[in-house]
Amino acid sequence: MNWESASHFWAMGGYGFFVWGSYGVTAAVIAAELFALSRRMTKARAQARRDVALERIDADKRGRA
Amino acid sequence: MSESQSSAARAPSSGFNFFHYASPQTFFPLAGKLLWPSWIAAVVLTLAGLYIGFFVAPTDATQGDSYRIIFIHVPAAWMSMVVYLAMAFWCAVGLVFNTRLSFMMSSALAPTGAMWAFVALWTGALWGKPTWGTYWVWDARLTSELILFFLYCGYMALQAAIDDPRRADRAGALIAIVGAVNVPIIYFSVKWWNTLHQGASVSLTAAPTMATTMLTGMLVMALAAWAYTIGAALVRVRAIMIERERNTDWVRQLASNGDSKT
Repeated sequence: MNWESASHFWAMGGYGFFVWGSYGVTAAVIAAELFALSRRMTKARAQARRDVALERIDADKRGRA
Repeated sequence: MSESQSSAARAPSSGFNFFHYASPQTFFPLAGKLLWPSWIAAVVLTLAGLYIGFFVAPTDATQGDSYRIIFIHVPAAWMSMVVYLAMAFWCAVGLVFNTRLSFMMSSALAPTGAMWAFVALWTGALWGKPTWGTYWVWDARLTSELILFFLYCGYMALQAAIDDPRRADRAGALIAIVGAVNVPIIYFSVKWWNTLHQGASVSLTAAPTMATTMLTGMLVMALAAWAYTIGAALVRVRAIMIERERNTDWVRQLASNGDSKT
């Protein structure tokens, strides 16, 4: 085991700022990418569903006319 | 329905035909099936890599614990280069075979590659301060990696600026392919020029210079980065397929089935 206690772990031998600054920002950009990805997929699917719904409405109108 | 699509759909189903998956409508469900294995591998490998990196690998004799940045820095730098080469590869395939899916793959890879390039630069800066005494120097390795990041940004900006997807693909392909020259420059920069950056961390020809546990942690994290990149690119390529093929029958069917599993 490398660390005597949790506070030793967070201190990273005095390099805490650099180590956690690296890991923290990496985690943040990955989280941001995953969020953007899921939003993009949801939007794409919603748009495709809207297209189909609009087409159906158009077809109905034409059918009645 | 375009020519390539209908011909791919008619491809014989006996045996494995690589080109069968070259059409978006057949690749879409396949990509969906590959998603969960990628995410699970990414999570498991990340946890294992972090455990090895923080709890098994010892403190470095000269750098202290600041060296633990290596477990993200090196995998991120590797991925930034590999993803760029993959992007250039798909662009070249797209130009030669005129396949829509190849360009979609390329566009799907770009943001994740840019993310890795940013992470490599960011963690490099935070590692440079305690070891070199500076966040940044205009040395060959750092500068060429920064150029890689700008190439990713340029590719994405150019694609976003051109409305016609076919023209956007071709213009983007030009940047991707010409810019690929930069990747060997990054890789060999530490040999070709006198730089502050250290030499290659891993060599296939020389004996490892790092402690085995450090090397293992780094390689496990590199595999995690691969798995994550594959997962992210697959999700994005699926979104791009729906966006670009909005007016095709297969997307209409997908939308009207309301099936989120495929």
